Amino acid sequence: MTITEVLIVALVAAGTFFGFVAVVGIIRLPDLYTRAHATSKSDTLGIVLTLGGVALVFGADIAVAKTVLLAAFLFVTNPTAAHAITRAAYDQGIAPWTTEGEE
Amino acid sequence: MAVSGFLQTVLLGAAVLFVGFAIVLAYRIVAGPTMQDRVIAVNGIGTNAVVVLALLAAALDQPGFLDVALVYGLLNFLMSIAISKFTVERGGVI
Repeated sequence: MTITEVLIVALVAAGTFFGFVAVVGIIRLPDLYTRAHATSKSDTLGIVLTLGGVALVFGADIAVAKTVLLAAFLFVTNPTAAHAITRAAYDQGIAPWTTEGEE
Repeated sequence: MAVSGFLQTVLLGAAVLFVGFAIVLAYRIVAGPTMQDRVIAVNGIGTNAVVVLALLAAALDQPGFLDVALVYGLLNFLMSIAISKFTVERGGVI
């Protein structure tokens, strides 16, 4: 295995791990705002790491430019979409989850 | 650049895992108590689909899949913004 292959495997494995963390967060966390936090941070990190591995696979090619463009685009738009959705939910009056009333 | 057999296995395995994550996220679409929960889950499935397309482009040596992934990411973002804008008063979301 070359050093590039080791880097690719490490990046893809780390990206898959953070994708798994995001899925666990979306399934297990208690309300909309915490779930949006899981998807906007863990998922974005997993996506950028995985696409970095894909860019290393392509080596020197025009496909690398497309992959980096895709990663930069998702890095900007994924948290923006989560922010817009949660702000719409807050304007609609959906109350955030608190620990009040559980004691 | 064609990838070696081991690297192709790793990339295809990661793609399979991301498809599994998308299937698990479908639970939140079915069960999510509010409409915004469902939108967030659909958004997550869309980004997972983009990653799967990029991984397949690398594993199968088909750079054309990256164009599909770019367009899919654009439409996915547009879907989230459109739904969040149409569920509140006009303007004022971003």
